[in-house]
Amino acid sequence: MNNRLYGNLIFELSQEGRSGYSLPKNQYGSYSVPAELRRKEDAALPECDEMTVVRHYTNLSADNFGVDNGFYPLGSCTMKYNPKINEEVAALPQFANLHPLQPAETTQGAEEVCRQLCKSLCELTGLYAFTLKPFAGAHGELTGLMVIKKYHENRGDEARRLVIVPDSAHGTNPASAAVCGLEIVEVKSLGDGTVDVEALKELLAQHGSEIAAMMMTNPNTLGLFEKQIPEIEKQVHAAGGLMYYDGANLNPMLGAARPGDMGFDVMHINLHKTFSTPHGGGGPGAGPVGVRKGLEGFFPEVSPYHGNFAVAMRAYAYILSLGRENIKLVGPLATLNANYIKESLKDVYELPIDGLCKHEFVFDGLKDKSTGVTTMDVAKRLLDYGYHAPTIYFPLLFHESLMIEPTENESKETIDGFIAVMRKIAQEAKENPDEVKSAPHLTPIGRVDDVLAAKHPIVTFRQLKNEIMKD
Amino acid sequence: MFKYFPHTDADLQAMFRKVGIKSLDDLYAEVPGQIRFRGEYQLPGEMSEMEVRQLFDKLGAENKQLTCFAGAGVYDHYTPSAIPQLLSRSEFLTSYTPYQAEISQGTLHYIFEYQSMMAELTGMDISNASMYDGSTATAEAVMMAVAAGKKQNKVLVSETIDPKVLAVVKTYAHFHGIKIEMIPAKDGVTDLSTLNSQLSTDVAGVLVQQPNFYGIVEDYGGFADACHNQKALFIMNSVAADLAVLKTPGEWGADIAVGDGQSLGIPMQWGGPYVGYMCCTEKLIRKMPGRIVGMTQDNRGQRAFVLTLQAREQHIRRQKATSNICSNQSLMALWATVYMSLMGKQGLKEAAELSYAGAHYLCDELVKTGKFTLAYNQPFFNEFVVRYSGDVDALQKRLTENGIFGGIKLDADKLMFAVTEKRTKEEVDNLVKMAAL
Amino acid sequence: MAKVIEGLYYSESHEYVKVDGNVGYIGITDYAQHALGNVVYVDLPDVDDEVTAGEEFGAVESVKAASDIISPVSGTIIEVNEALDDEPELLNKDAFGNWIIKVELSDKGELDGLMDAKAYEAFCENA
Repeated sequence: MNNRLYGNLIFELSQEGRSGYSLPKNQYGSYSVPAELRRKEDAALPECDEMTVVRHYTNLSADNFGVDNGFYPLGSCTMKYNPKINEEVAALPQFANLHPLQPAETTQGAEEVCRQLCKSLCELTGLYAFTLKPFAGAHGELTGLMVIKKYHENRGDEARRLVIVPDSAHGTNPASAAVCGLEIVEVKSLGDGTVDVEALKELLAQHGSEIAAMMMTNPNTLGLFEKQIPEIEKQVHAAGGLMYYDGANLNPMLGAARPGDMGFDVMHINLHKTFSTPHGGGGPGAGPVGVRKGLEGFFPEVSPYHGNFAVAMRAYAYILSLGRENIKLVGPLATLNANYIKESLKDVYELPIDGLCKHEFVFDGLKDKSTGVTTMDVAKRLLDYGYHAPTIYFPLLFHESLMIEPTENESKETIDGFIAVMRKIAQEAKENPDEVKSAPHLTPIGRVDDVLAAKHPIVTFRQLKNEIMKD
Repeated sequence: MFKYFPHTDADLQAMFRKVGIKSLDDLYAEVPGQIRFRGEYQLPGEMSEMEVRQLFDKLGAENKQLTCFAGAGVYDHYTPSAIPQLLSRSEFLTSYTPYQAEISQGTLHYIFEYQSMMAELTGMDISNASMYDGSTATAEAVMMAVAAGKKQNKVLVSETIDPKVLAVVKTYAHFHGIKIEMIPAKDGVTDLSTLNSQLSTDVAGVLVQQPNFYGIVEDYGGFADACHNQKALFIMNSVAADLAVLKTPGEWGADIAVGDGQSLGIPMQWGGPYVGYMCCTEKLIRKMPGRIVGMTQDNRGQRAFVLTLQAREQHIRRQKATSNICSNQSLMALWATVYMSLMGKQGLKEAAELSYAGAHYLCDELVKTGKFTLAYNQPFFNEFVVRYSGDVDALQKRLTENGIFGGIKLDADKLMFAVTEKRTKEEVDNLVKMAAL
Repeated sequence: MAKVIEGLYYSESHEYVKVDGNVGYIGITDYAQHALGNVVYVDLPDVDDEVTAGEEFGAVESVKAASDIISPVSGTIIEVNEALDDEPELLNKDAFGNWIIKVELSDKGELDGLMDAKAYEAFCENA
């Protein structure tokens, strides 16, 4: 039995009568909640002393892997360093204790942070105005599409319900469009992985008056710069559609090109990618939305206050720390790191599209397909060597996609170490494929049974207890 | 090089050689000249860490620290010091969504605990891994009800709901093609007979709030049955911490329980990040948006946690997805989880009871001044609305000048106050003194 | 190679209908279950629901995919295969032996628009 994994849910550590809190005594006299308003039974929450709680969560953290633990080449996620000064300023009580509805004259410092951040984002993207309200990338996407839909509705052009996305687009794009009451049409890519402009023209000829927008990342999900963007933008605008820039891949563009200059009208930024705020195991992030002049009146109410303000604080601290001199090196250094890895591994991993990439690139599994070792196996084996896995099986254009994104923060030694391990795994795949196929071996747990989890979902401790009782 | 960039000149040269370029500029050879950015960003120059720190101190000093007697969905509860300490652990802070279960058990494990605790607190069967905040969770619940109901597209919303939440719900509904119809309030509460007159076969869901926006604990007896008779889902929005004491959404017969978890010890931080929760009945599990963590086994026979039921999610369902959410508010869910672990069964209840006592004491004392009367003759929890016989704006100004955020103005003559366990009796007495002037 | 059975009617979205008098047994094909992988859940409709040719009446979920089930024919559901609630994997074991719904057909003429075994086999090869 592995005690770190069995019997150690916080509920299982609970003992009746223990407590991990202290509160002041009630000085108000006998005000008590009337019985008819009360719940019948107390919530079955754990009862633990403070140190038990602290040890429990400290030990849990040891079963995690973060950017601070090691190289995290997770494609399309921009796992850059999360500077510590950002954490410190975000926690300053002069900001953390502000109620969002406090009178404006008492929140001038916070207002200034938002104003300056928006101004910086405008400068870095070439757009006119930003809203900080969206809570995450997907929320930003939805907000941006709402702006676009409102813009068309406002012109009385309600027939525009189609959003063009490249076939390599992230799954969130179609889902955001659906939530926004829009529909997706896909445009095919060329053999080199970029948008087929001729196919786009045909699509526009066929559906021109129904097109609300075209949604793109640039560089695209393969890490390739869409060099036809001036022509694409011209065509879509000529058809009356707007251009939406999905900021997922903005990082390599810092210091190189601005979405506004590329002809985009609306975009979102993932502050947790490009602007170094921590991913926090899945959130909170922030997805500010920027627009070209004339669209700023269409920002919808997608959250009640100022978005994830404490995340915005971190992003602003990051921009200030780097300053104009260093921020323009972010894109080039990230791009250099990606190309260096690509060139160093393309003889053993299948590179479907050769040439310069931007911040990331995609391999289609191992070059030698005879070993039966899949992208999944390579990813799991990397865990044994102390690396986080790249993004796998995305984009869907290839069967064995392995998408690698190093950020500008990674040193040559780190990257060389990763390259050596990737080559070693390719060697192992030939010499000892079973070792790779059964990886990982050195992690706290092995590969998990997804089917069992989905077939009989146990998602709470109460369900688990009931299950145990049944047996 | 700058402190976040490790590249030495020698590194750059070696890497250039491998890539076959002569300069960083060559990496962008394919970018058309007319869109290549060659200027200088109009931004401040690099700042040292000390300068950054000083700047934020200066900006911080431009905010005014007030003793908070306001709520309206955001409450000034106490944060036990163990929480920020634990949350600052890099392994939690700097990891991504737990796709690689083998090296993400820490995150998956606490999300499972979070789900378990939220289900207990709300009295519901299951919970998802969390959502952005209370308002978006509520909007998602409305969309979920419509998706579950297939052909119905109207949702009834009580007028006693937080107007800020309502605004977000209306935004989502407008774009998603959902019809929102308000249920008029009577004396600050939702009326069952009015609801009954509005229910029809095209109603997919009914949304109410408990305690409602005015802090009133409403009687929702009969509401669930009324909804279910018309095949509509009953959705209840609640302040999470209050459920340690109050009759739960589960007990009221709700199908979906949603709300904000900020009250679980999360700082107000001017509006976010907070954490939205969503719980529902077991029957609806596959209709629920967002991430869900489930228990399973690994290939060594050990207990393990994993993201499950992913087929519902946007990256697989794409246009058919029930929602576009593709993350959760993981770290804030951890915040709430550690809070509930420390406070436990008793502490959460005690904090809620203290808040209740403080609010009732404040209300009584304000009424005693002769200048305030309770606006609604209804039971309330830790927040209440009073009518003020004087000038509300002048009163608020006076309170602010004296370092007090004295309630939220609802009307020309109405103010809403909230009290949490963090307020001392001295602070309450001081507020009363200032308000009586 | 996926199995195809003679005598059934097939749709392009990989459902089959087995006809017995005025009753149609509708399920997903062996090709479909292969493509999905381990089926973990079947979203079943209710008895007495109407189904319309070309419209979805339920969904099949595997770990990595979810797929709507499109009815190849119109009619009224007279029975649903509740065994799939507890054992969705039956679809993997024998897709043709485990129909999903039983329908009282309202227009047998619709069958003419579906493929026979031979045509479906060719369709799958080209897919």
